[in-house]
Amino acid sequence: MTASATLSSQPRPLGSGISDRLSKKASRHVKERIIEGLLFSAAAFSVFVTIAIVYVLVKESWVFFETVPLSDFLFDTQWTPLFDDAHYGIMVLLSGTLTSSAVALLVAIPLGTIIAIYLSEFAGFKVREIAKPFLELLGGVPTIVYGYFALTFLTPILQKIYPDLPGFNLLSAGLVMGIMIIPYVASLSEDAMRAVPMALREGSYAMGATRLQTALWVVTPAATSGIASAYILGISRAVGETMILAVAAGMQPNLTFNPTEPGATITSYIVQVALGDLPHGSIGYQTIFAAGLTLLLMTLAFNLLGYWLRKRFREVY
Amino acid sequence: MQIQTGLEAGVEGALLKADVRDLDFYYGAFHALKRVSMPIYDHRVTALIGPSGCGKSTLLRCFNRMHDLYPGNRYAGGGIVLYPDDTNLLAPGVDPIEVRMRISMVFQKPNPFPKSIYENVAYSLRVRGMSNKNELDDRVESALKGAALWNEVSNRLKELGANLSGGQQQRLCIARALASDPEIILFDEPTSALDPIATASIEELITELKEKVTILIVTHNMQQAARISDFTGYMYLGEMVEFGVTDQIFIKPQKKATEDYITGRFG
Repeated sequence: MTASATLSSQPRPLGSGISDRLSKKASRHVKERIIEGLLFSAAAFSVFVTIAIVYVLVKESWVFFETVPLSDFLFDTQWTPLFDDAHYGIMVLLSGTLTSSAVALLVAIPLGTIIAIYLSEFAGFKVREIAKPFLELLGGVPTIVYGYFALTFLTPILQKIYPDLPGFNLLSAGLVMGIMIIPYVASLSEDAMRAVPMALREGSYAMGATRLQTALWVVTPAATSGIASAYILGISRAVGETMILAVAAGMQPNLTFNPTEPGATITSYIVQVALGDLPHGSIGYQTIFAAGLTLLLMTLAFNLLGYWLRKRFREVY
Repeated sequence: MQIQTGLEAGVEGALLKADVRDLDFYYGAFHALKRVSMPIYDHRVTALIGPSGCGKSTLLRCFNRMHDLYPGNRYAGGGIVLYPDDTNLLAPGVDPIEVRMRISMVFQKPNPFPKSIYENVAYSLRVRGMSNKNELDDRVESALKGAALWNEVSNRLKELGANLSGGQQQRLCIARALASDPEIILFDEPTSALDPIATASIEELITELKEKVTILIVTHNMQQAARISDFTGYMYLGEMVEFGVTDQIFIKPQKKATEDYITGRFG
């Protein structure tokens, strides 16, 4: 047993067994395994819940589509599941969702982006420290409060401008929904802009650029993927928003893209039925699962779009 | 007196482009530059050397007022006189944007914008309001030629600048700095992120560029200063220890401190 090197070409054994100090420790091994298991189950839980939701939606929708043909669901222009002459055209609810979301995004995307540019590139440290909590507070207001704000405050003001505006309308709900979404768009866009390395800004300033040129021509393009994510989140929030529309938009199924009319959205319809007195298992009740599945597919499509945009515009600094 | 003689030999025929006079600078409470003085000669390469934290980059960034971007930085006395204007660049009435239009900069790490190669170079022209397509084309081409990059990228001007290799990216940044015909270009350790071959090409380029512009370069690499500069300033702890003709600084420094640094006994 010597450690001295030998020049002989004889093969030598690779040590003599495993010493106590270097052998694997059973207790450490078990502990690691337990922790790994806990982490795995936490991650698996969220995947399981997602799969369970999709399973329930698909299973219940299946019952619905056994009675109502898919073509009626997609192409019928009336949504009257509670009437004797029942029609199941999802387009009617979709039009309400799309119209109110479009109004909301017309408010949230421009304002949110401008606020993000201001906070990230122009505001001083103190202004940002004061403004950001206020902005985030705006996102923390319960949506039911926004709903009544739209119904009892904004709608009367809008009625002074358009006297024909009905008391329940998609415009007022959409505008308030836009205000609700601003913090999400602004905060995430600002994070994306602030993550742009200082070296890029310095490069721009060193070429003689002004703050505005630097913000618009260098920082914003460099943050495109993050800003796109912020927009996608804003869209998902708008499409999925429920209470504001249930309170202020009227819950009347109405195939229209005119925001000054009342309308029901997919979400507000689901609330209406879920809280109503339809017997469980009836075809009227099953409609909410088909509507829910439609909503899920829409948000899935937006998430995929967001994923693609992030990949497409990811910046390598 | 000998410094004077040596300087005069190197200065022959050279005009003063800028003159740092008794410059004091603070980062908040930290006194980063202490009564620094040095001349910058027209169409010459001036190198700043010294150990990390000695203030050489701080001094460089005074020339294009980069310190103005951050709160708490303070020019506290003295100044940098730019010729032929005979104006102190650091005076409160001077517009930093106008200064940066004439004194351009290349950074330590190549920092191309997330734009095409063409738009990277055109950037410094676009910020000046130039939008004529033909004029932009001409200026972009001549800047890329000036930066010895034209032959490599002339058929891929629409590609992202970030797709180039590190050395090419740095030459792109030099082209960007050249496009607007600056009077001085500041180089802040331009080769420290590059491999030896890319470094050699940038060094060669800098030597060629002094036909067109005045160059001030900060470098960690003393051999680099010796190879490419006409004048060298050695800084330590915020002070200009010695300034002179490069050959003289490296062969026969007047100060013991300079000699210790150059021979590797210190730093």
